[in-house]
Amino acid sequence: MVKKLPRKDVVVVGFGWTGAIMANELTDEGLDVIAIERGPWRDAPTDFPPTYMQDELRYRVRHELFLRPDQLTFTFRNTMSQTALPIRSWGAFMPPNGVGGGGVHWNGEMWRFLPSDFVLKTHLTERYGESFLPSDMTIQDWGVTYDDLEPHYDRFEYLCGTSGTAGNLGGGIQEGGNPFEGPRSRPYPTPAQQQPFSHTLFGKAARELGYKPFPQPSGNLSQAYTNPLGMRLGPCTYCGFCEWFGCSNYSKASPQTTILPYLIRKSNFSLRDNSEVIRINLDRAGRHATGVTFVDSSGDEWEQPADLVILSAYALFNVQLLLHSKIGQPYDPVTNTGVVGRNYTHQTVSTVNGFFDNKKFNFNPFIGSGSIGMCIDEFNGDNFDHGPLGFVGGGYVGQVQTGARPIESTLVPPGTPRWGVDWKKAVKDNYLSTVKPGAGVHGSFYAYRDIYLDLDPTYKDRFGRPLMRITMDLKENEIKQNKFLTDKFAEIIKTMGAEKLAVQYRTGPYDITAYQTTHLNGGAVMGTDPKTSVLNRYLQSWDVPNLFVMGASAFPQNAGYNPTLTVGALAYWSAAAIRTQYLKSPGRLLDV
Amino acid sequence: MEALADTIIPSDPQAPGGKDAGCAVFIDRQLAGPYGRQEGLYQRPPFLSGAKNQGYQSDIGPAETYRAGLAAINSVCRERYGGRAFADLSTDERILFLKVLEAGEVKLQGVDGKSFLEQMVKDVQMGFFADPIYGGNRDMAGWKMIGYPGARYNYLDWVNRHNERFPLPPVGITGNAEWTRW
Amino acid sequence: MYRDHRARAFGLAIRLSATLVLDASAGSPDQQEFTVIERGRYVSILSDCGGCHTVAGGKPFAGGRPIETPFGIIVSPNITPDLETGIGAWSDKQFDDALRRGIGWTGVHLYPAMPYNAYTRMSSDDVLAIRAYVSSLEPVRQSRNPNTLPFPFNVRSLMAVWNKLYFTAGEFKADPSKSKEWNRGKFIVDGPAHCGACHTPKTILGGDQGDHYLQGANLQGWSAPDITNDPRTGLGGWTAEDVALYLKTGHNRFSAATGPMAEAVELSTSKMADADTLAIAIYLKTLPGKGSEGRAPSPIGDDMMAAGNAIYRDQCSACHGIEGKGVAYLFPSLGASAMVRSDDPTTVIRILLRGARSVSTKAEPTAPGMPSYGGQLDDHQIAAVLNYVRNSWGSASPAIEATDVTRVRSQVTSRAD
Repeated sequence: MVKKLPRKDVVVVGFGWTGAIMANELTDEGLDVIAIERGPWRDAPTDFPPTYMQDELRYRVRHELFLRPDQLTFTFRNTMSQTALPIRSWGAFMPPNGVGGGGVHWNGEMWRFLPSDFVLKTHLTERYGESFLPSDMTIQDWGVTYDDLEPHYDRFEYLCGTSGTAGNLGGGIQEGGNPFEGPRSRPYPTPAQQQPFSHTLFGKAARELGYKPFPQPSGNLSQAYTNPLGMRLGPCTYCGFCEWFGCSNYSKASPQTTILPYLIRKSNFSLRDNSEVIRINLDRAGRHATGVTFVDSSGDEWEQPADLVILSAYALFNVQLLLHSKIGQPYDPVTNTGVVGRNYTHQTVSTVNGFFDNKKFNFNPFIGSGSIGMCIDEFNGDNFDHGPLGFVGGGYVGQVQTGARPIESTLVPPGTPRWGVDWKKAVKDNYLSTVKPGAGVHGSFYAYRDIYLDLDPTYKDRFGRPLMRITMDLKENEIKQNKFLTDKFAEIIKTMGAEKLAVQYRTGPYDITAYQTTHLNGGAVMGTDPKTSVLNRYLQSWDVPNLFVMGASAFPQNAGYNPTLTVGALAYWSAAAIRTQYLKSPGRLLDV
Repeated sequence: MEALADTIIPSDPQAPGGKDAGCAVFIDRQLAGPYGRQEGLYQRPPFLSGAKNQGYQSDIGPAETYRAGLAAINSVCRERYGGRAFADLSTDERILFLKVLEAGEVKLQGVDGKSFLEQMVKDVQMGFFADPIYGGNRDMAGWKMIGYPGARYNYLDWVNRHNERFPLPPVGITGNAEWTRW
Repeated sequence: MYRDHRARAFGLAIRLSATLVLDASAGSPDQQEFTVIERGRYVSILSDCGGCHTVAGGKPFAGGRPIETPFGIIVSPNITPDLETGIGAWSDKQFDDALRRGIGWTGVHLYPAMPYNAYTRMSSDDVLAIRAYVSSLEPVRQSRNPNTLPFPFNVRSLMAVWNKLYFTAGEFKADPSKSKEWNRGKFIVDGPAHCGACHTPKTILGGDQGDHYLQGANLQGWSAPDITNDPRTGLGGWTAEDVALYLKTGHNRFSAATGPMAEAVELSTSKMADADTLAIAIYLKTLPGKGSEGRAPSPIGDDMMAAGNAIYRDQCSACHGIEGKGVAYLFPSLGASAMVRSDDPTTVIRILLRGARSVSTKAEPTAPGMPSYGGQLDDHQIAAVLNYVRNSWGSASPAIEATDVTRVRSQVTSRAD
């Protein structure tokens, strides 16, 4: 028996970064907002305090803060001819769970996309011609431009207190910053983090090779900061427990440290945690959302009516909920029709580990933060001429010393046995003198006709709903791109003085068991044409205008940067459209 | 298991081996807990075999795998080494046995020998480096060996001290000897 | 349905101005009454009536909250205007007698958990204004549970004796030699805000120890700190502005309010006018205190200090800094904290054992929390790290023994946070 709750103005589905941003923006507008979150409430002193948070086994290896696959997972296959099998335990990526979402346990890398990334199809076609692109590549323009998003990038950066060095202030290139970035309206709110030894070596080597290295923009703060909501953040202490972990000392930007305490003081906001939304409800015509249905931790079903639905779960779960709610036409790669599930993408990452002479080098690799880094951007997006190279896309490369927790950081040079006396000696000799960049090569992943999401015919979740099926592989374009970037990266590591390198190219077939990154994107993309997009440029559903879908699921393809800053900027951009346009005249913000 | 742990991480004058570091205790405890039972993992049928890059597909969890795998290792050992179990072998015999297992040249009853060895290596090494509260890494021996300072939370005063060895000893979640000096 | 949206979207601004207009026009025949109610609302904030007369999550002023006193539990009554279970049937005189003379409406003596010994400093106009405000509230029908005081404290008539010993009736008299702000501050501190109820130590009968006025006291499992200007244990290191900001926002560059003070900030001091929090600060800064500066540090063994140092470095310094300075407005400075140095270490021990949540206010919403160390550190280790913190960075404080920690541990085990 479904119980019906009192109507709200807005229901927010999923309470991570974008859910918190939207709830805060819309409560500011005087609307009565409820957020519904599948996982538990989470906070530093009670859930990841410095008394026991530094536990690699519990948080990193056993995934304490992440979704349990028995609650929800996906099936996976490389190609349409294979049978997809369930992801029974997480490997290549780790979906978040709980209040704050991935914002709790992310690294905090805060990159803006390049201006050309938002008009990718137009830009590449103009520069290289249509025939330069692989025939099955389905990239497209976003429908929103860098200039549209700049104020919203800025807003999210200042919410988080982002530490960095500007490279382009209003068109003027700045020494020490990223000279390739789009123009920004003002400097970063806080200066870049201090750089450990391996980073300064990387910077030196990169300069020797003619590159312009700069500190990675970081959500781990270089100094104490008070954001525009009055929220206080502390200085990062470089503890080396960032990604996979929650931050104990309020120094990593997260919904908890930047928004939630401010938001929960508002009387027109409420939250239900441990409650999983299983469906967005539609009116009979299927053109208007009437609210959502969710299941609480006792297994009871509830209906939450609302005038406006904000879908702000993790990217893949957004797509899944659209499919389960029968909103938008599911994508069919055979006929190349439909939109939901189309243009699903990932990130092409790899790394090079450098082994140095331990008599000359001690990197104290355990000193680090999630997004501390020294990077170069010469090979990102279309910052370089792809003409002679035969591929499109790119990424940044850099030394990002996120810490050296010993279960996963006791690396040995290639050729060392995996156990026994020699292994033990190699571990001992190399631990302090190895450069181990997290995802040192962080490349784009463009969209293809046969890389997509749909519902699995066999496997079901705990409510009996079909799991979502991922069909994905690495294409020649991405493999070439990665080879090119990884070689460039290896050259820098070698120039730093490494005696031995472990070069790990990303190659196919895509492996669901090896961690790469949780940057999964697309499937409910934004665009200018309802035939090739689920959302318009304001993240509004073409089919159900009182539904807005946040998150990286809106990316038509993925750029060579970490997605969160763009995800946050898009949320602010969408919120502004709702506040200034939609509420005045609810309905489609753009004509079909 | 202790003999296996000591073969995977042999003791030397500077640092204990897997046995004295408590790696077998670590594995016992892990297998008795959620990890051993595949708790929290997706366990709905059908269990089909697929490509390796589609991930582990079985309702047999680590606890059962270890039970079968250890028994199978001993039974193969007894066959090959005149009735001796793995623990009764000499160091060289143990190393040779594991090398042959790693090469996929030993068939074990009920489990895949090569992947079972991979799993044991991973788990023993994990026990060597996990926080001592889990039973392995006894006296933080694994951390001392590599120079890892442990569950610390503040290197603000050291991030700028380049190429200088961090001076403080490792600390676990429940502290170290420095915490109880009286 | 969408009209709703629009109305709400425009709503906030419209609603606010509409309220003002309506109140003003509706009040025009009774403008005076409106002013009185508004004054009463403010005096009730100064007096923190809601603190005791509301249970967490319950209807405001409906009572029912158990107040822990040294003599037993007193349950606060319903003071909404409900005729049967509240105070709707009381006359103004009965109300005034209760607040300023400690006489209940049936003529019996009230227990001094009701701070009539402080409220007596208020004027009759103040009290009647509170009455007018309380009468404007929604009546709530809610009877209260009986008190659970043991003999002889359950004999109300004995309160007459208590009153003879400890109760001096009478309105506040300004000291013309002092500034207006000082007098306003003293009035609020001694009168409505009844600061001494927690911060002045009590005799064994629960009366104020007048010669230790506001020098800190132990109650309800907390040590309320010295709020005189004593440089070591009191407010000596803070400017008046620091004190005022603390009261207004719950935080300042040195410290943060937690425990019972967090509640006082939330319900009372954060809602006071800026002039009043500053007046309180100006007054408190003139109290000399017990003059404890220069006290020699008690000898603490080198081993214990070394252990404390190690624990501090490994566990505390990530927030409070290796030099104990903390982060202004976020993590308290332990070096600058009088609370840390307090002669009675109950509160610092309790915070270490149980953790603490600082107060969230409009100006300082963050409300950072301190985790509990009660499970991780044993009583010796807690004593060691506290001795280190209390005797570093220029601080000198009496030694804490492991048995002190054991005592607080057993005291707080049965208490809510």
